[in-house]
Amino acid sequence: MTMLRLFIAFLEVGAFAFGGGYAVLPLIERVIVHRYGWLTMTEMTDVVSISQVTPGPIALNAATFVGMRVAGIPGAVIASVATVLPQAILLFLFGIFFFREKRSATIEHAFMSLRPGVAGLIAASTVSIFIASAFLSTSPVVMDPLVLVALAVVLILRIRRANIFPLVFLGAGIGLIGGLVEYLTQT
Amino acid sequence: MMTFGGGYTIVPLIREEFAHKEKLIRDDEMLELIALSQTAPGPIAVSTALLTGYKLKGRRGAIVGIVAAILPPLIIISILYYFYTWFAANFWVRAALRGMSGAISAIMVVAVYDLAKASLKEHKLFSAIILIAAFLTSTFTSINTGLIILALALVGIVAFRYVPKEKKP
Repeated sequence: MTMLRLFIAFLEVGAFAFGGGYAVLPLIERVIVHRYGWLTMTEMTDVVSISQVTPGPIALNAATFVGMRVAGIPGAVIASVATVLPQAILLFLFGIFFFREKRSATIEHAFMSLRPGVAGLIAASTVSIFIASAFLSTSPVVMDPLVLVALAVVLILRIRRANIFPLVFLGAGIGLIGGLVEYLTQT
Repeated sequence: MMTFGGGYTIVPLIREEFAHKEKLIRDDEMLELIALSQTAPGPIAVSTALLTGYKLKGRRGAIVGIVAAILPPLIIISILYYFYTWFAANFWVRAALRGMSGAISAIMVVAVYDLAKASLKEHKLFSAIILIAAFLTSTFTSINTGLIILALALVGIVAFRYVPKEKKP
């Protein structure tokens, strides 16, 4: 019974989670904290904090966390699958429709406007994460190296197509050095 | 797996794997996949992974894509579940993360530049207006992205009904 409730709850989260990121938090909170009482509000805040320091979408992180809490690893799997099931079904249908060899003129016209539009949407999101990571840092010591990393990475990528993973690890290393500087100046 | 900081961070990763190394997906096709991802509920990264799989290898590819997208958070959070309070509050974890998000936002800037360039190849003026309009709408209003996508599709359908087809060189 618990498994079924878990499945239904996260099916709902998956089906109505439009907008992504923090936009889905109120929905998760309503279902998980208020309706089923699987997490307290404080634990919900903890889930958000873990999501900030781990990769992966917040809805899936919440699903895994709540699943673990309610029914261990099988619960985590059930909740995660339920979260992505609605979008998987919908996109499968879209796939059949849109990835045919020949597309209708109408769909082609829609994409002619969608391509630049989506580029604009991603640009908007990029600007906001760039500002958040470069300028809204709480530590004055870390801020400057961060901006340097950001600019250096842009340059490296433009000059030669460098791989992403080493750059991200380079970023982690510079972040740790910034942390060390902060640690030493504070003590 | 490395999708920190919002769903779009999956974009440079997919481009690196499938556009640069293998030349399997062009940038304009990438933009179409992201547009379709926005029309479904759920995390964008998961949708984009599924559609990339679908585009490359059909239905089987889609299943591989979605499984690969949910496994990392499933495994990582299952492990962290036991000591999450220590982990999320740890000073060194946070310091490393700040550096990583700096690097990722810079990588995103490069990806956006390339995608914008690809999207402006045809119908330059129209595309530029659409790009800027979408950027401004998303930055300065709180209109749902799904609605913006729907509006963009309609604008395209209406506009190109009356515009003669551009000759391809």
